[in-house]
Amino acid sequence: MDVVRSASAPARAEGSVRAPWAERLAGAAFVLPGVAWLAIFFLFPLAIIVVVSFGSVDPAGHVTLAQPGLQSYAQATRPEYLPAFANSIRYALITTVLSLAIGYPVAYWISRYGGERKTLLLILVMLPFWTSYLIRTYAWMIILRDNGVLNSVLMAAGLTSDPIPLLNTDFSVVLGMTYGFLPFTILPLYVSIDRLDRHLVEAGRDLYASGSGAFLHVTLPLTMPGIVAASLLTFIPALGDYVTPDLLGGAQTTTIAKIIQVIFTSGRDWPDGSALGFLLMAITMAGTLLALRTLRREVLA
Amino acid sequence: MTGRPSRWLTGFTALLYAFLFAPIVVLIVFSFNTSRRNFVWLGFTLDWYPKLFENQQLLGALAVTLQVAVIAVVGSTILGTLLGLGLARLRFRGAGATETLILLPMVTPEIIMGISLLIFFAQLFSLNGSLGQIAIAHITFCISYVAVTVRARAAGMDPRLEEAARDLGASAFGAFRHVTLPLIAPAVAAGAMLAFALSFDDLVVTAFNAGVGSTTLPIYIYSSIKFGVTPAINAISTIIVAVVSLALFVAWRLGAFRSAKVRLVEEDA
Repeated sequence: MDVVRSASAPARAEGSVRAPWAERLAGAAFVLPGVAWLAIFFLFPLAIIVVVSFGSVDPAGHVTLAQPGLQSYAQATRPEYLPAFANSIRYALITTVLSLAIGYPVAYWISRYGGERKTLLLILVMLPFWTSYLIRTYAWMIILRDNGVLNSVLMAAGLTSDPIPLLNTDFSVVLGMTYGFLPFTILPLYVSIDRLDRHLVEAGRDLYASGSGAFLHVTLPLTMPGIVAASLLTFIPALGDYVTPDLLGGAQTTTIAKIIQVIFTSGRDWPDGSALGFLLMAITMAGTLLALRTLRREVLA
Repeated sequence: MTGRPSRWLTGFTALLYAFLFAPIVVLIVFSFNTSRRNFVWLGFTLDWYPKLFENQQLLGALAVTLQVAVIAVVGSTILGTLLGLGLARLRFRGAGATETLILLPMVTPEIIMGISLLIFFAQLFSLNGSLGQIAIAHITFCISYVAVTVRARAAGMDPRLEEAARDLGASAFGAFRHVTLPLIAPAVAAGAMLAFALSFDDLVVTAFNAGVGSTTLPIYIYSSIKFGVTPAINAISTIIVAVVSLALFVAWRLGAFRSAKVRLVEEDA
């Protein structure tokens, strides 16, 4: 909740308030160690990816910057990899749309009818998210396999005589991702719906809007910032997800994350892997910036 | 004024909760399954649990995971608490940029963080994975969660509390030590619990930074899953789910998921 709130909160007015020098010094003492750590072990390694992506591999197998160029990007965007890009984006998009469609009614219900149990209901939404993504994905393998739980139930009920192939399909990947990232969708939606002034909806009804009319013309537009934030927070992790396409998608399902993993564990062509990594980062960042602008416009409008 | 929810909406919400917990329930139930191949339910047994403690590889992986988690929790709690406090209580140039820096690791794909640290250690220090390397990676992605949790609590704290202590003659450090720190302690503990849950669970970032002899429990589980599905994996998974749920429950009781308002005078609602 707090993660979401601070993500959408307007940035503190920078430098506009003159703090006494002692306070500024104390601020530095508090903030510097953490900032330094993140600069060294987070920002700097990201910068190295960018540098390595312009390099090449010498005959000894080492990364070299002797002839910097875009050759790794040519490799990263070669036709064999295009299906992986398409898959990653397609899975992330479908997951986002599904999560919004499922998450909105639930967030709405919790906000309107959750009463005193709102916090508990939200924690129950978050609990699966915190308990090992790997293990939950594995649980879906047990459920979806040919001789798994779901097929056993279907066959016992006489609905099918042969097991329906569920695992290692687009269906299982989208199911696993939607399951995994739904909490990220529900929380921002809840925050935005809960903040909505219900008098506005009542005003709509008083002006003879139908229930659905009031929802469509009042509730939905006013919760749009939440919808944008939720889409972003679902799309980003879904796009870079490795575990779900690997365990639920089977060998034939390729995504950018899977190709990056293969390059770094089997081959040594780090420039190619870095170029792919940078492209994945670029798509993520573009999505972030695009949605942030929409978000700000929606909030200020 | 809220009225009654439509029946289908309530039903839909109930279904969602069932959907969220179904896989976890299946996992737990099947950890008590007699069947070695774990496809169909054959009968109840507790055998898989004691067997875990005879598996040396698994115990070794557990030991590595716990060592990494302890280092990650201590490191990220210290750095994250300072960051959260600094952001909530002090005004300084670059506060906005610092907030962005804290949020960035939370939206960076895990695989990117994994490979960037792999290249960083290999290219600059010729290091190819170790327990220490994993611990550094874990501190890096845990800091943000601790900082956000502590910041929320500290921002809800009335600054007059510290001022009152100063007025009564406390030094700046004394006021911090005896007023601020006890008030934010629950958030610090909650942040530490979250860091523990994150570190204990991580697969992707860890896999790129693990070396010979630093196999963690998630890596062990992952390779076991690749070989085949057995109730032994369900049994470890059940234990992990129990441990992490417990950590989360404690974090919740300590207020990790709300920004408690701490006031000089309790105001009546």
